[in-house]
Formats: sequence, C-alpha cells, structure tokens
Amino acid sequence: MSSNASATVVRTGAGSRFVIYTLLILFCLYYLLPLYVMVVNSLKPLSEIQAGGMMALPDEWTLAPWASAWSTAQIGVEATGLRPFFVNSIVMVVPAVAISTVLGALNGYVLTKWRFRGDTIIFGLLLFGCFIPFQMVLIPMARMLGIVGLAGTVPGLIFVHLVYGIGFSTLYFRNYYQQFPTELVRAAMIDGAGFFTIFRRIMLPSSGPIAVVCVIWQFTNIWNDFLFGASFSDFDSQPMTVALNNLVQSSTGVKEYNVHFAGAIMAALPTLLVYIVAGRYFVRGLMAGSVKG
Amino acid sequence: MSQGAQGRRGGNDWLREALPKIVLSPSLAMVLIFVYGFIIFTFYLSFTDSRILPSYELVGWENYSKLFRIRAWDTAVSNLVIFGGLYIVICCALGLALAILLDQKIRAEGFIRTIYLYPMALSFIVTGTAWKWFLDPGIGLQAVVRSWGWESFTFDWIKDGDMAIYTIVIAAVWQTSGFVMAMFLAGLRGIDNEVLKAAQIDGASNVALYRRIVIPQLRPAFMSAFVVLAHMAIKSYDLIIALTGGGPGTATELPATFMYSYTFTRNQMGIGAASATIMLMAIAAIMVPYIYSELREKK
Amino acid sequence: MRGYFGKKTTLAAALMATASMAQAADVEVLHWWTSGGEAAALNVLKDDLAGQGIGWQDMPVAGGGGTQAMTVLRARVTSGNPPTAVQMLGFDITDWAKEGALANLNDIAAEGNWDEVVPQALQKFSAYEGQWVAAPVNVHSTNWVWANKAIMDELGLEEPQTWEEFTAALDAAKAAGYTALAHGGQAWQEATFFDGVVLSVGGPEFYQASMIDLDPEALGSDQMKEVFDRMGVLRGYVDDNFSGRDWNLATAMVINKEAAFQLMGDWAKGEFLNAGKVPGEDFLCFRFPGSQEQVTFNSDQFAMFAQGDGVSDEQAALAKAIMSPEFQIAFNKVKGSVPARTDLDASELDACGQRAYEDFKAASASGNLYGSMGHGHANPASVKNAMYDVITAHFNGEYDSETAVEELVTAVEISQ
Repeated sequence: MSSNASATVVRTGAGSRFVIYTLLILFCLYYLLPLYVMVVNSLKPLSEIQAGGMMALPDEWTLAPWASAWSTAQIGVEATGLRPFFVNSIVMVVPAVAISTVLGALNGYVLTKWRFRGDTIIFGLLLFGCFIPFQMVLIPMARMLGIVGLAGTVPGLIFVHLVYGIGFSTLYFRNYYQQFPTELVRAAMIDGAGFFTIFRRIMLPSSGPIAVVCVIWQFTNIWNDFLFGASFSDFDSQPMTVALNNLVQSSTGVKEYNVHFAGAIMAALPTLLVYIVAGRYFVRGLMAGSVKG
Repeated sequence: MSQGAQGRRGGNDWLREALPKIVLSPSLAMVLIFVYGFIIFTFYLSFTDSRILPSYELVGWENYSKLFRIRAWDTAVSNLVIFGGLYIVICCALGLALAILLDQKIRAEGFIRTIYLYPMALSFIVTGTAWKWFLDPGIGLQAVVRSWGWESFTFDWIKDGDMAIYTIVIAAVWQTSGFVMAMFLAGLRGIDNEVLKAAQIDGASNVALYRRIVIPQLRPAFMSAFVVLAHMAIKSYDLIIALTGGGPGTATELPATFMYSYTFTRNQMGIGAASATIMLMAIAAIMVPYIYSELREKK
Repeated sequence: MRGYFGKKTTLAAALMATASMAQAADVEVLHWWTSGGEAAALNVLKDDLAGQGIGWQDMPVAGGGGTQAMTVLRARVTSGNPPTAVQMLGFDITDWAKEGALANLNDIAAEGNWDEVVPQALQKFSAYEGQWVAAPVNVHSTNWVWANKAIMDELGLEEPQTWEEFTAALDAAKAAGYTALAHGGQAWQEATFFDGVVLSVGGPEFYQASMIDLDPEALGSDQMKEVFDRMGVLRGYVDDNFSGRDWNLATAMVINKEAAFQLMGDWAKGEFLNAGKVPGEDFLCFRFPGSQEQVTFNSDQFAMFAQGDGVSDEQAALAKAIMSPEFQIAFNKVKGSVPARTDLDASELDACGQRAYEDFKAASASGNLYGSMGHGHANPASVKNAMYDVITAHFNGEYDSETAVEELVTAVEISQ
C-alpha cells in the first residue's frame, strides 16, 4: 500500500488541455441531465409541465411539490407523504450495512491471514453467490422466513439483505487485506496475540478506506432495493422505495409529475449524500485495494 | 498453511486452530442454504408443474420444451447478448477514457468526479421517469433539438423495436460508467510514476505511454470492473421496467424480466424456474472459469 | 390438490400459527389504490370499520395494475403471514381459491342476499365451487370509445354505429389533421382494443368461443384473421409516438383536442372530469361500434384470506361494509366504475355513469356481460399474457395477420 496518490506525470500541451476540459465538461452535462430534468420539474406547478417544455426553467418557482411529497402526498389510504417511510428505511439499512461490513471484514481477514485448506473454494462460493438473480429466491426465501418466524419483520428484512450482500463485502475486504503485510500479523501471533486482538488492533485501524467502499456499496444497494422491501415487509415496515413506487405508480387519476420528481429526489437524498460526503474516500479506498490484484 | 499454529502449544490450541473457521462458518452456511440451496430448489421446480405456488408434481422436460418454443425467450437471450456486450465494452471504454482525462491534474477534480459518480447512487425507480421523458421523441431530446431550429433531427430509438435496446444501453452506461471510471482512476493512481518518467526520457509519445505501459498495468481494474458490470447486466430489471416495460412489443425483454413475468405475472412458475436454471448455467459458464483463474493466480 | 403445502390442513395450521400476529380487531389490507380519488374512496371503508372498532392496517403496493401486489402476496402467503384482505382481479381469485387459501364467506353472503344482487358473470369470480370467497367492489367496463365532441361537431360526425362508420369517422379526423386515435403502446392497452374488435367481428358467440373457451378452431379461424386485420387498420390511425405512452397521456390528447378518439375503459372518465370537462358537452362516451349490446367488464374484488378456521369477525365486517349500498355508490362515483350489485339507485352517478350502469344491468339481464380478456376476466393470467404477446407483436408490425393467427394458437396452447 505504498502507492503514491498523485496524478500522472504525463505532460499535456495547452491545446490538448483545452480539449480535455471541453470533453470533461460535456460529460458532466451527460451525467447531470436526468438530475436537471428532475430538479427543474419538481419546482414547477403542474400546469407548466402539462403545457410542455421538459427542459425549460420554471416560469413560476414553487416549493409546494416538495412539501406535498414530504408530508401530504397520497401513498396509501392516508395522505402521509414519504415522511414515515424514511424512518422505516433507516431502521433497516443502518443495521444491515453495519453487520454486513463487519462480517465482510472478518471474512476477508480469515481468508487472507488465517488461511486453511479449501479457503479459496469457500471464497469462490461466496463470490458466485453475488450473481444469483434475486427474483429467483423470492418464494423459497419467504418460506424460510416464515419457518423461523421472521416473516414481515424488520430483522427478517435485514437478514435477507445480509445474505445477499455478504459476497461483495467479503470480496472488497479480502482483496484489500491481501495487500496488507502478513509479516505484521505473524509477528503479533508470535507475541501471543489472539485472533480477535489482531483483528481489532492491527487490521481494523487501517481498514478505513475499504470500509468506506463497502459501506457505500451496501448502503446504495439496500436503500434502493424494491423487490425484497416490498415482499418481506409488513404494513408498518414498508421502506422508502415501496412508498415512492406507490406515489409514482398510482393507477388512475392525474399524475402529479412535479410531486413525483420531488419525491424521487427526496428518496434518493440519503444515497446522494453518502456519495458526496464519502466520495472523496471512495477512489482512495478502491485504490488501496479492491482493484489491485 | 495456518500461519499461527507453530506458536505456543496449550489448552486452547484447538480453539485457536478452529476460530477462523468458526468465524467464517455463518457466512458459508448462509450462502450454502440461501444461494446454493435455492438454486437446487429452483432446478427442481423447473421439472414440476408449479404455477401460482410451488408444486411437487414432476413433469419431466416439459417446461424446457415449452420455454424454447416461446419467441420472447429468444428475444430476451439475444437482447442480453447485445445489451451485456455493449454495456460492458462501452462502460469500460468510457470509464477508462474519463479516468485518463481526469488524471491530467485537472482543477476541481473532486467535484467532477462526484458528478460522474452520483448516478450509481440512484435507482431507476428514481430516475426512470426522467429518462423516459428524455428519450421520448415527443417531449424529450428530439423535441428540444427541433425547437432549437434543427427541424429534421430525429432521435426516436425508444419507439423503434430494432433500436430500443440501445436506449437501454445509454441509460445503463449513464448509471455505471462513473463507477468504472473511479475504479480505473484508482488503478491509474497506483501506477509507479518513475517508470513513466523513464519512458518519457526515452522519447515515448503520450499515446505510446498509455498503450504500452499504463493500460497493461490496469488489468486488475479491468477484472474488477468486469465482475461488477457482468453482475449488473445480468440483474438488470428495474431499468427495463422503468424505461420500456419490455416494449415496444417484446423488443427489450431481458432474461431477468422474462423470468419475473413468467414466475409471478403469468403464474407459470415452472417455466420461470426453467428460464432461471438456464440463466444460471450461462452465468456459471462465464463466471466460474473467470473466478477460478483469478483465484489460482493469486495463490 | 397440487398446493405448495401438500395438504390444506397444513396451510390452515400455518395460517393459524400466524393469525395471532395480527392484532385482534384489525384488518391488514393489501391493495394498489394509491391515487387521490381511489384512496379517498377507500377511506369511506376505513371509517366505516373504525366506527365498529376495527383498525385498518394499510399495505399499498402500486404498479402494473396489481402485478407487484400479486408478487408480494405470493411472498406473504408462502411465509405464512398473509394479509387479511387483498384486492384482486378475476382469475387470480380463482387461482388462490384453488390453493385453498381463501375464507368461506357464505354466511355473510346469505345474510346480504349476494346471490341475488350480484350478476352471475361476476359470481363466476367471487365464488369458487359454490363458496363465496371475495366481495366485489366495482365493475369497470372496457369496450368504450371516448370522443372529443368539438372535433366531432367540427367534422359533422355522428356517433358511429358500425365498424365501417367508425373507420369513416377516423378517416375524417385523420384527414382534418388530427391524430385520429389516441393510444398508448402498452400490451394491455392494445388488448383493450382487441376485446372490442373481437366482439365487433364475430359477436358474442365468437368472443365466448375464442377468448373464454379458448377453442383452438375459433382462435385459428378466418374470423380471427379479420380481427387482426382490423387491429392493423386501427394501427394506421395511431400517431408515431404511441409506444410506451401511459393511457392517461393518451386521454389528455383527446381532452386537449389533439386526438379525436380513444378506446379505453371507463376509468378514462376521471381524467376528463379532472380537466373540468362535461360529459355530453365536451366529450362523448359510447360503446365500441359493433359491440353496443355487450359489456366487457373487469371487477376489483376483495378476497379474504383464511385465518385459522374460517372467517374472522373483522373479515365479516369488512366484507359486509364493501357490499353496503352506501360504499358501492360512494366508491364508484369517484372511481368512474359502476356498483357491483344491480339493485341500487344510480341517480348520484353522472351521465356516463348512469348510462354505464343501465348498460351493465341490461347486459347482465340478457346474458351479454362478458369478462374482458384485456383485463384478466376471460382467461387465466398465463393465457392472457400469451395473448398479449401476440397482439402487441402484431400491433408493432412484427407479425402479419396470418402469422399472428398461427402464433395465437401456439401461444395459447403453450400457456395452458
């Protein structure tokens, strides 16, 4: 992990720098466009949207759609807005991400520093599990949750996310810890340090960057999940994505696009925030391990 | 090769030896039951007459023979080849290009990086409507460009059965190419600058520098990108539902949407399970050699 | 039975074990009515129950005309934690009844005289093998044409009575520069066309034989080729941007005088009313030409999932409340549909609604009430979707009419 985190030394002339900046800015537009459409239209009255002009700035700026999406929009029988579902999502996401990250770290630690016969096969099995299509596991999973009495509960939902997130968590930490000097671990062992002591004192303190990568990955996936959230939740634990879907997909009646967009941005705010705040550590984390062989 | 076992011998020797395996076992157990157990279950279901709920009456190969007679399945499979291929190649190419550009001591790099990266944070439940509008010729890009005066400008792929799958690629690339960029950028930052300097002194051009020295060193990053992208391509479901719902006609059906629709919407769980089995075998055919070669090299 | 649980008793036991999880005197209701009007209408039901001390636990899952909700239901039932009551359509009810998962409502039905007031065509779904298992909320009819009256007046058009008159009217609208037919290219919308066209080509007998009895001969007949030919003709009146358009945006085209006609179920009326349009003055509604006598319908119902041994008091109260005349009128006024019982005073409904209710009662009395294929009331989900595939592929130009007929026969065969 001695890589120097600076930009390349390749030199470029003034002309090509102009081209580079132009290209970079053009791509900024490509990436920002959908967000622009959403933001602009969430600040318009509905009549302006119906009149057309998807790209135009609002003639009349209004925050009413945001207020409506947050607290008064129709989600089900009661017009609660998205507010109550935020809590449901957080209660589910935070433990799921935390457990999955810790478990991933422990697995990565075992698979690189306490190797045993067959550990590669186990890792391969975990990794291949990432590729299982979720639609396939819905029914057997429901049966299992029913048998252990976790059906329709938040712990049940956390468990499901844990099961299908563990492959990637382990992948990230294993690749990261592989770079970590084994000599340090071995020296600690000779000094008589135990399994967990070494993990806590030696591995954890330097795991920051990869933990960020893992947390970002898991947080985004779990927060955005719809299928499990809809299928394994109860009336009082439906997550944000299900509520957003109810808001946007209502079958009949006038589609309030401005409220839909406001709600969509709102539902995405936590993940956006995670990316913006932790984004700077993200490349650092990736660099420190997961993409190196 | 238990590295610690040569240490002191004592009463808790056994525990010391077994502890790592104990720590690993819950994860292994979960995956064995909830991934491989369910795969076997699905495999079994594909030979039963399951419809609305699983049933245990065997019908032999009937579901498979039905599956291969359904035209939408052919479409779904060939779409996955087109979509998956283009998606992976374009994401890698674009991600690499952006990473190289962004690696040129760019001002506000952090800011631009965040812009490139943020789509990964959003699901298509969130951005689906915006994309649908943007691609719709009546109100989206085509209408806007025409209103600027370019009257003959046409961009109606999403309405065209032959082209619609490419609009799916555009949206999918939008979502993940930033993430791939970050992976490559991380790879680029890990390259030893001394080697580059030496080559520069030898008079190598910039293009040659990248082609000969930099890109070959990015191999691990390509590998990681491939795993992430392949897994996204196979699981693409929200994307299709949000953008086209599989249409026009069945033009943008993918195996994931096919499987969902047969298992849940059409109450033909047996056929759904058969399609899932085929899909899994295809995934295994690609991923197992890859995972195997990756892991063997690292030993 | 070939149920997942092996025996009905196991299912009952599984349900009994979890029945205690829901608090006594609460109902958990899985539905997909999340738009303002529908939710307001459901609130009538909720308040009614609250008056009896029964709580309402809301479990909305919107999307795809209930397909998302049905997936969730599958997971909930498999896990032994089914909701108390579930909104359902047509053959889904029958399928669940076959699995032995639904409660028997016969006592409540007898008390409310459901056998008399609910039309036979609906009872086919509400009851399974002589047991009432669901309470119907409404009846939508799907073979409607919605027209912009200003355009019709401008072009001097009368309500078309036959297919030929209808195509003439479409021609006139097209020639005048309007989009003749507002349409959204989604499979179910094309299937909605198909319902009307099948009736107009071959009449009720042909509809019965091909769509309901799934007779391979009828499906492969020359009449069916004529149906596809007419679908092709209709395709010619649709604008180029139709693919993927939501139905309400197509309705907006009629409202905004961009398009002359739309073929859509009676829920389109809500869009007109919301836009401040008056039935008979700004817009017209009439049956698809050639199917004036018939009503193709779909009906939302609430099925009750068995809680231990039979029906709980709360479920009984809910079922009773759904069938009450007050709720039937209040709900259907908002929803644009008509009540599911034929013995009510419809004076509170608007002009289109009253006409629809009269049509419905007449069709019911004369045996002309047919389940809509496009909306899952003519044949099971697997067959319906197989038909969708062919109809939509043909409409999008992938098949010619002859191929479409062949494909229809094969697709229906595979799906059964």
